Amino acid sequence: MRKTYINGLGCISVQETFDTIFLEKAEINENDTILPVKTPVYKDFISPVAIRRMAKGVKNGIVASAMAMKEANVSTVDAIITGTGMGCIEDSEKFLKAIIDNKEEFLTPTSFIQSTHNTVGAQIALGLQCKAYNLTYVNGSISFESALLDAKMKIEEEEANIILVGGIDENADYTTSLFKLAGFIKRENEGPYKVLNATTKGAVYGEGATFFVLENEKKSTTYAEILDVEIINKLDVNEVESKCSAFLEANGLQVSDIDTIVLGFNGDVEFDPYYKILSENSFKNTPQAFYKQLSGEYNTASAFGLWVGAKIIKTQEVPEIISVNNLEKPAYKTILLYNQYKGIDHSFTLISKC
Amino acid sequence: MSRGIAITGMGIISAIGNTVEENYVSLVNNKMGITTIENISTVHSGEIKVGEIKKTNQQLVAELELSPDNNFSRTAMIGTIAAKQAIQEAQISSINEYKTGLISATSVGGMDMTEAHYYDYFEDENLVKYISCHEGGDVAHKIADELGLKGMVTTISTACSSAANSIMLGARLIQSGKLDRVIVGGTDALAKFTINGFKTLMILSDGYNSPFDDNRKGLNLGEAAAYLVLESDEIVKKENKKVLARVSGYGNANDAFHQTASSENGDGAFLAMEKALKVANLKPEQIDYINVHGTATPNNDLSEGRAIVRIFGEEKAPDFSSTKPLTGHTLAAAAAIEAVYSVLAIQNNVVFPNLNFQTPMQEFNLIPQTTLKHKNIEHVLSNSFGFGGNCSTLIFSKSE
Repeated sequence: MRKTYINGLGCISVQETFDTIFLEKAEINENDTILPVKTPVYKDFISPVAIRRMAKGVKNGIVASAMAMKEANVSTVDAIITGTGMGCIEDSEKFLKAIIDNKEEFLTPTSFIQSTHNTVGAQIALGLQCKAYNLTYVNGSISFESALLDAKMKIEEEEANIILVGGIDENADYTTSLFKLAGFIKRENEGPYKVLNATTKGAVYGEGATFFVLENEKKSTTYAEILDVEIINKLDVNEVESKCSAFLEANGLQVSDIDTIVLGFNGDVEFDPYYKILSENSFKNTPQAFYKQLSGEYNTASAFGLWVGAKIIKTQEVPEIISVNNLEKPAYKTILLYNQYKGIDHSFTLISKC
Repeated sequence: MSRGIAITGMGIISAIGNTVEENYVSLVNNKMGITTIENISTVHSGEIKVGEIKKTNQQLVAELELSPDNNFSRTAMIGTIAAKQAIQEAQISSINEYKTGLISATSVGGMDMTEAHYYDYFEDENLVKYISCHEGGDVAHKIADELGLKGMVTTISTACSSAANSIMLGARLIQSGKLDRVIVGGTDALAKFTINGFKTLMILSDGYNSPFDDNRKGLNLGEAAAYLVLESDEIVKKENKKVLARVSGYGNANDAFHQTASSENGDGAFLAMEKALKVANLKPEQIDYINVHGTATPNNDLSEGRAIVRIFGEEKAPDFSSTKPLTGHTLAAAAAIEAVYSVLAIQNNVVFPNLNFQTPMQEFNLIPQTTLKHKNIEHVLSNSFGFGGNCSTLIFSKSE
């Protein structure tokens, strides 16, 4: 079976991650409940006319995908596959408010046109004039992993050699106010919002666009091989360990083969036990990393997690800022990622150095 | 040699029927489901017609026996109804007995609830439960929970081609052995959001949509849900299952032309059909019927027609029809309900009529089938295209 390699990355996030080696410029913000992206210089990638028209998710997606392609040194792709939990929520919000506020009169189509979930994938295709396979997944915190799994299958089916895969989500004001009301986002004035050992519900929200160029061939820019991806809609906390070992076993591995486990801790006291059970049991002697203290929580934050995993393999270090237990290994070869959101949409992703 | 992935169950709810049988009866009796809108209060109700499921949310809640504190969107309710029917027809009693997945599709998700309560959430705490049902994935989770399914659950959203892609992904997951069984399809409820969106694009008809007619004036929106059960040949053999038809081909391409408009020559549509034929290992002349996307917008029908001419030749195009005059354009569910109709065409050896057609288009000599036609149907090709240039084609084939 053909293998899948990560050959290029592009990451627009709450941190400065678009022109860095890894997380050397990262800063933890424990005071705010919503973290905005650090925007790149859009005009280096997109025409000024288009910049004004596009919502930030679309812009960030275009820039992150362009960076990934540049790093992988590819000018065209055989498939564009994206994941987004909330889609183009800025434009959805704009159009919906206009409908309600103006009682369905005097509407213009622009924000409606750009509100569909597949806008980012479509705009990238348009920019590249890429008529290939194009798909968008929208399923909470496994939106990105669905795209990743699809891409891996495409390479295995020999239907594609070079694939652009990305996860994109953006925050929009009214929707975040609803998320606060519903308790998804942490309450104000309860900071500092520490992710590990948190005592309050909800999470600090972020946003971002993280893209990967996947190819069937290893080359000088290769970060890692993607060994496997598994998606499960629902698990009880006490099922996580057995699911995890079954996943490893299916790949001929055991816990001792894992050099780092990257966990999706988001500081929600109600659901972090899903990570704790792995952290405190099977993997207590394994170096552990966490990242949502940097990226914030959002449906495709796990794409930032994969970026972290790929960078650990490339740089052969787990920076202190993301280390859970300060354990180290002489070499980082095989990395397991686990993520879930509110007890649903679980994913296990396995990558290795090659 | 196998002709593709086995379909062992189907379920549907649309403006022309609440079951597969009801839909079939409407299809062969020209029973249009396009009417004045009743369940949504909109200022446009006098000037548009829609394909609406004539059940209120309260009736759907009762039918599904949901608890009073449920937070189902209409999209999730109609989706659950269709998925349950599909499971029943496939005679699945123990859903997690095999590695089973659910690949859903939606464009609006729980928008119907979001738009109904948007500014009221802060006023009424009883409504807060609906905030989480906005996102697309919520619909799939609710359906999976109602079916008791534990496994791979995901959702595709590529606008009006969404469900074609969910069927395609499901077929690939079985083909690769990643799943033994998968429920695939899509669901979308009518919403003010889409009504007004399509209205601003000026592609809503003020009458009844007439695909491939020279005087076509646009589409009627509709709502629907449909799901199909796909199973591996191992299960089919072991359990001696009845195979309704097979998913034999699929293709996905991007038009890369415009966010909402299709290219003049239908490049995306052409590529999608070409790929699907290749996967099915079929020649164009082996297609007996095309269930066209045929939304009756000036742009779609011209672009799709040109692509059909490019694939089949103007004189050799197979019988084709759009079933959207009956159901309306049901967005992310369209390819799923049309998959059900494609299977019905194969099972019953019929070509469904393209209603409301009078005047051939000037640009080419393509005349849709306007009356019910009986003939042997081995292979049906079904097209679905969406915003963002997403073009998908599925091919369904008789099982043996």
